[in-house]
This record gives sequence, C-alpha cells and structure tokens, in this order.
Amino acid sequence: MPINALPNSDNITRVVLTNGLTVLVRENPSAPVVVVEGYIPAGAIHEAADKAGLSSFVASMLTRGSAHYDFDQFNETIESIRASLGVGSSDHYTNFSATSLAEDFPTIIEVLADILQRPSFPTDHVERVRQQKLVRLQERAQDPNHMASLQFYETIYGNHPYGRPTSGYVETVSQLQQSELAEFHASRYTPQGTIIVVVGAVETQSVLDLLHMHFGDWQGPVPDKQVPPFPTQPVGQQIHHLIPGKVQSDLIVGSLAIPRHHPDFYAVRVANNILGQFGMMGRLGEQVREQQGLAYYSYSSVDVDLYNGVWLAQAGTNPTNVEQARNSILAEFARMATEPVTAEELADSQAYMTGVLPLTLETNSGVASTLLNIEWFGLGLDYLERYNSFIYGVTAADVQRVAAQYLRPEQCTVVVAGPATSSSA
Amino acid sequence: MAIEGLTKTTLTNGLQVVLKESHVAPVASFWIFYRVGSRNEKSGTTGVSHWVEHMLFKGTEQFPRGEFDKSIARAGGVFNGMTSEDWTTYFETLPSDRIDLALQVESDRMANSIFDVEEVESERTVIISEREGSENSYFYLLSEEVQAAAFRVHSYHHPIIGWKSDLLTMNREDLYQHYRTFYTPNNAIAVVTGDFDTQTMIEKLEAYFGNLPTGPTVPAMRLTEDRQQAERRILLRGSDPTAYLMLAFVTPEATHPDFFPLIVMDAVLSGAKGMGLFGGGGNNRSNRLYRALVGTQLTVDASCSYRPSIDPNLFAFYATLAPDVTHQQVEDAIWVEIRKIQEEGVTITEMQKAIKQTKAQFAYSSESVTSQAYWLGFSEIIGDSDWLDNWLEQLSAVTAADVQRVAQQYFAPNKQTTGWYLPDATLLDATLLDETLIDETLLDEDLLDEAE
Repeated sequence: MPINALPNSDNITRVVLTNGLTVLVRENPSAPVVVVEGYIPAGAIHEAADKAGLSSFVASMLTRGSAHYDFDQFNETIESIRASLGVGSSDHYTNFSATSLAEDFPTIIEVLADILQRPSFPTDHVERVRQQKLVRLQERAQDPNHMASLQFYETIYGNHPYGRPTSGYVETVSQLQQSELAEFHASRYTPQGTIIVVVGAVETQSVLDLLHMHFGDWQGPVPDKQVPPFPTQPVGQQIHHLIPGKVQSDLIVGSLAIPRHHPDFYAVRVANNILGQFGMMGRLGEQVREQQGLAYYSYSSVDVDLYNGVWLAQAGTNPTNVEQARNSILAEFARMATEPVTAEELADSQAYMTGVLPLTLETNSGVASTLLNIEWFGLGLDYLERYNSFIYGVTAADVQRVAAQYLRPEQCTVVVAGPATSSSA
Repeated sequence: MAIEGLTKTTLTNGLQVVLKESHVAPVASFWIFYRVGSRNEKSGTTGVSHWVEHMLFKGTEQFPRGEFDKSIARAGGVFNGMTSEDWTTYFETLPSDRIDLALQVESDRMANSIFDVEEVESERTVIISEREGSENSYFYLLSEEVQAAAFRVHSYHHPIIGWKSDLLTMNREDLYQHYRTFYTPNNAIAVVTGDFDTQTMIEKLEAYFGNLPTGPTVPAMRLTEDRQQAERRILLRGSDPTAYLMLAFVTPEATHPDFFPLIVMDAVLSGAKGMGLFGGGGNNRSNRLYRALVGTQLTVDASCSYRPSIDPNLFAFYATLAPDVTHQQVEDAIWVEIRKIQEEGVTITEMQKAIKQTKAQFAYSSESVTSQAYWLGFSEIIGDSDWLDNWLEQLSAVTAADVQRVAQQYFAPNKQTTGWYLPDATLLDATLLDETLIDETLLDEDLLDEAE
C-alpha cells in the first residue's frame, strides 16, 4: 500500500474549537456514507461506588429525549433515514457513534448536538431504561462468561473504580435518581477534552461549519482527571463463582499489567499476539484447543487504558476440564517467561500486526475508530507512519522480559464461573 | 440496477465464479461457498457439515495443521469458516497483492484435507465445548426447541451444530464421506471482490482450481415439510430467572413470489434488517413491535426475523419479558400486531421507510469487500445474483395488498409454534395451564433450591 494512502497529517484535518472541542475530519468520497465517532471525557471512573452504573445510565438516557427531539421524534428522525446513532459509556469516557448516508449528515449532526448538550431525562423513560437494565443485570448474573470477567476485575482492582462493571449492580441501578442523572450530565459533559471524528463522503469545510454551528456555543468545565490510587495487586487469588444449572464453565487467568503510555506497551502487545491471538489464537489456541481439545475458545487479551490495565487469558470449558485448562494456560505463561519465543514466531506476529493495517483501514468506521484512538491517547497524526517501527522494534528478549514481569503464574488471579466442579463441590 | 463491475463465469469442471472488481481500497476478499449445510444432513450424523468445516482447518499435506492459518495471518490477512443451514463457506480477506494465497489454500483443502483420526477425536470435544457454551443460554435452548418442533420432516429440524448424541457418536468415516460427497468444484462457488484485475483473476482461478476433477452430482435433498395442521407448544423450564418467548411460523423460501411481501412485513414489524451477517444493526425503536411490546413495558426487547433460505423456513418473533408479565400477555400482544396487518394492511409511509432503510443498508455494506463477497456468494446459493440485483426493484413493487395477503395466508393460530421459557421460580397462572404442571413446578424442590 502506498504510504500516502495512510491517514496522516497531510490528509486529516484537526481543529480545536475555542470551547476546547477537538474535531478530526478525513474525507473519503468512495461511498456515499459518513461515520461520526467521538468521546466525551465522562465515564464510570467519575462515579461513587454506591452510584455504579450512573455514567452508563446517563448515556442510555441521551437517546430518550432532548430539547428538540423527544423519544418518538428521535426514533423517527434517525430510523426514517436508516441512520444509526448510539451512545455508551466506559471507564473514562462516554462514546458515541453514528452512521448515515452522506445526504443525511447535517441531520445527524443536528440530532447529535441536541442529545449530547440538551438531554431532558424524562421520568417515564428513566423507569423504562431502569427496568431494561435490571433485566440485563439479571441475565448477566446467569452468564458464566460475563460473571467470570466481572469477578476477575473486582478481584484485581478491589475498591478502585476499574473494579466495577460500567453497567453497575442491581443494588445501585435500582436506586439511581433522575436528579443524579441530570446532575452527572450537567457537571461532567463538557466540550473540553471531547473529540469528534468525521470520516466519509463529506467536504471538510462544510463539516467544520456544521460542527461550529451546532457545537460552537457549548460550554463546560475542564474535566477532572483525578483517579483514585491503585490498590496493591492481590497475589494468587483463586475465585470460584458458582452458577448452578450451567453446562460450561468460563475460566480467566491473568494479572494487572500496564497503562497505554507505558514503554512496554508494544512488547506486551506483540507478546500477547504470540501467546493467545496469532492465527488460531496463538500458543493458547494450539495447546488448549488444538492439542488437548479442551475448549472452543482459548485466547489472551490486553486491556489497556489511561491507567494500569490487565493482561489475561480466557477459555470456556467443560467443568471437568477446568483444572487441566488452567494448568495449561499457566504453563504457557511460564514458558513465555523462561524461554525466548522463536525468531519465526516473532516475525510472524510482527508481520500480522503490521500487515493487517490496510484491512483495519478499509471502512470509514475503521478509520474513524483508529483516529479516535490516536487522538484520545495523544499519539500524533503521523502515528500510523511510525507504527511499523514500534512493532518491529520489539525483540524476543523484550517479549520474554514482559512475560516474566506481568504473567507470573504465582501472582495470577484465577477466576472460574459456572457449575460446581469436582474440586470445588 | 446492475451490480457494478460484476463478472460471472463457470470453469470447465463446474466451479462457478463470481467476481466484483473495485479499487477503492488495497484489499481483496476471497470466499468459497459449498452448497451444503445442516439442510443436507440426516439423523445420526447431524452437525456433520459444521464438523467438516472445523476439519478443513486441520491440515493437508501442503499445509499441515496450523500452517494454513499462520500463512494467512503472516500475510496480514483474516480468515474464518462458517456453516449455516443452507451453505458452508470459508473466506480470506487480504492486502490485495497477497490474495493468491487464498486461492492456493482453498483449492488445496477442497481436495486434499487429511481428516486424521486423532484430529477428529480432539475436535469432537472442541465442538461439544462450542455446543455447551451455547447451552449455557436458555434463549438458545428455547430457539433450538422451537426450530425442532416447527419442522418434523424437513432437515431444518436439526440444529446446525448438531444434536449432542450425534456429536458423541459420529466418526471419521462419516465426516470424510460427507467431505468427499459435497466438496467438489461442481458444488462450489468462488467469489472474489476488491482490488484485482478481472481477466488476471480468472486465469489464476483456472490455474488453482481448474485441474480439480468434477465430482458426481450431489445427492438431492427431497424432504418437504407437510402443512402444519395444529398449533405446537414448547414449555422449557430452568434455573435462570429471565423469561423468554418465541413465536414462529413456517414461511416461503427466498425465490417464492411471497418472499418480498414478507420482507416488507418483517420491516414494518421490527425494522429492515439488511441481508444477514454484515451491515445489520442500527436503531430500531420506531417499529410496530417495539412500540407494542417494549413501549408498553411488557418486554425489554422485541423483534422478528425472516431470512432468505433455500426451503421454507421460520418467520419468528422473539421477546425478553419484563418482570411480572405473563407469557400469555406477550403472546396476545404479538397477535394483536399480526391481526392488525391481516385486517388493515400497512401504510404507504411504512413501505417507503422500508425501501429507504434497505437502500441505505446496501450503501453501508458496499464499503467492505468482505461483506460484498458474502452477499454475492450467499445470493448465488439461495437464489442467484439476479435475485440480489433485483432486490430493491422487487421490494419497491410490493403493494400494501400483497403484505396484507401474506399476513393472512401464513399467520394463523394453527400454524404457529410457540416457545415459552419459564423460570422455575415462576408460579404459573392457574387459568392457563393444567394442575399437574403447576404441582410439578411447586414440588420441584431440588431445582428451586439450586436457584437460590
């Protein structure tokens, strides 16, 4: 791929409005569609423990009524043009994304501006959303996959906000008041630090004009970036979360790792690709799935954010095989820490991680997500041109070092969610 | 509307070829579709198509196990295999200068997959694990029960992954024979989309696939479902506290004249869905079902689905119940919406919305060569590429009277298969079910204890 086709500082327009809102635009005339994606720096990290789920509840309410679009008007406006517009929340930010035909782009911006700045939190919809969320939480409690993840994060992070699910708990979601939702919006939704990315069949100047018209008057405070200190990492916790009546158990093994800006970031990513991603889920897929036939899925992943994330392996397996699967995963962790990966494995993963870029950037939404990530982490508009050198800069010694540092078997937290097994019954 | 850049041809060994050249991004997608799925399966070896799909990742002499997926990944590509009721497919999407690799591996494993006995055994437990992961969901179990009840003769009765008893007993010979029967060039369609030169690609396809011998004609699937005479009811109970309902009707295949009126009915009831795997999603709260069920707080979600298939398949309604609502209330509310269309039809505005929604979905999906190739291949299996090409015209030609007629023709109480998933803890409404059932629920103490 010619390097000039990559999104870079020559073909991305980046503008910061006077109110602090950052806009990135990349034109792509190839199909008559437009994607808008963005972050507002208000997330679950800003909730008190007894208000868990607040940020997510606010995000759900944005499409339930605003100054110029009540619920029915919002639905009719978006759906009659078969656009999509959704809002969600995660630890650090509230994320929104919209897709429309290019001809409907002005409508999307008008609606988006109204729901982000002027939501009305109608009481009847607060209750409807609450009911839906409570049923989903009830379903979550019966889902071994979700519960393993929930228990894992709770164990690793203790009382830190990273330890709480962004969707909250039955106890907290039941209690959230309409006034608290409105207050969270009023105090946390701000153009300062908010990012809007537009990619598609649009003309840059008209995008900027539209955004200026609809977002230019929005005012808000500088977001509070205080984060509670991390607790000490637990060592060797073993959790079995029983869910009677289930057929398969979900297993998670992992530990606290690094934030996005850590110098080990690329070494951890490459190591993770070798461990539990490459081809059919890397070494873990080979050992746990292919050789021992223990699980349909067995892979690893790295969750990085502004602060320390986690590095974990996951497998779904019959309750009688949980112990064997756990031992195999821990053995793979130990092997990466004690032996260097082969030159071929390293070269393969590096080739994949760099070679797949054209696929990632094929669609407007792929480009938009990439640009949003670049802006959120402050990586610079020419990041993609430097990306290959970061990946190829990782050595086998780096891989071994980060595995030894972050995947110590004796330090790992192990969570099993599902029916009773012979060892726990 | 002619699909731009489309070329169709057939190699002398019978392999159908569909190509769509476009140079928007430096990527290309290769798909090979086989005309085989759970539709072609018999009792005793259900799930064989899906298991064979897994075995095609287990190696040939040229690409021993692991080498195939490593080669694609090393080239910066992504790949997968999928099995449905009507087809089995494999794809690779790659940077366009490396697309030959896809032709190389797919032509190799069409003919040379090993099916090693030990690999068959280790894959047995992987597939059972895949099935058990699904069994963790009562919604999955309910839909499997409803599907099986709605079809007594036709092989759509079987789950795609297969019944567990068959997964425990099927052997290497069953798998290999299925592979040898259905994996022939004359039973396959190769689709390539994206950044390549059409003439050169045809030459490459000839080079990689042209020498594969034509196989015998595949066995015909002759099963036809008899007309349903009686309402069928499934009552599934379990320890999860969230209640689900499913209501299903057998409706015509994709090439039937009533297909498009039913697609409009589906769109009016719960929004236009697009054509499956890719390009779906989107907001969906202005439709009739959402308003009638979620808007009234009877359920927390509600949808219906009607997907193109080779033989008549299900038009199904799904709902997750709100707390303290009975299944009967939800079932009645769905019937109110069906009857409304039977008695009053649909409005012009609703039909125009369905057309606009569909047009937009075509535009969205045109962004990705992977989804384009999927649509082209799957259309060729279900109908042909003209069927896909004429989709919008056919949809636009549907009249309100057509929709009303199909609603009357295919939806009736004695044509329904209804599934209720009922949490153990629920006390059944005494007016709805007989006493034996109520006693059983109350006395089933083991289950109640377990749920606590």
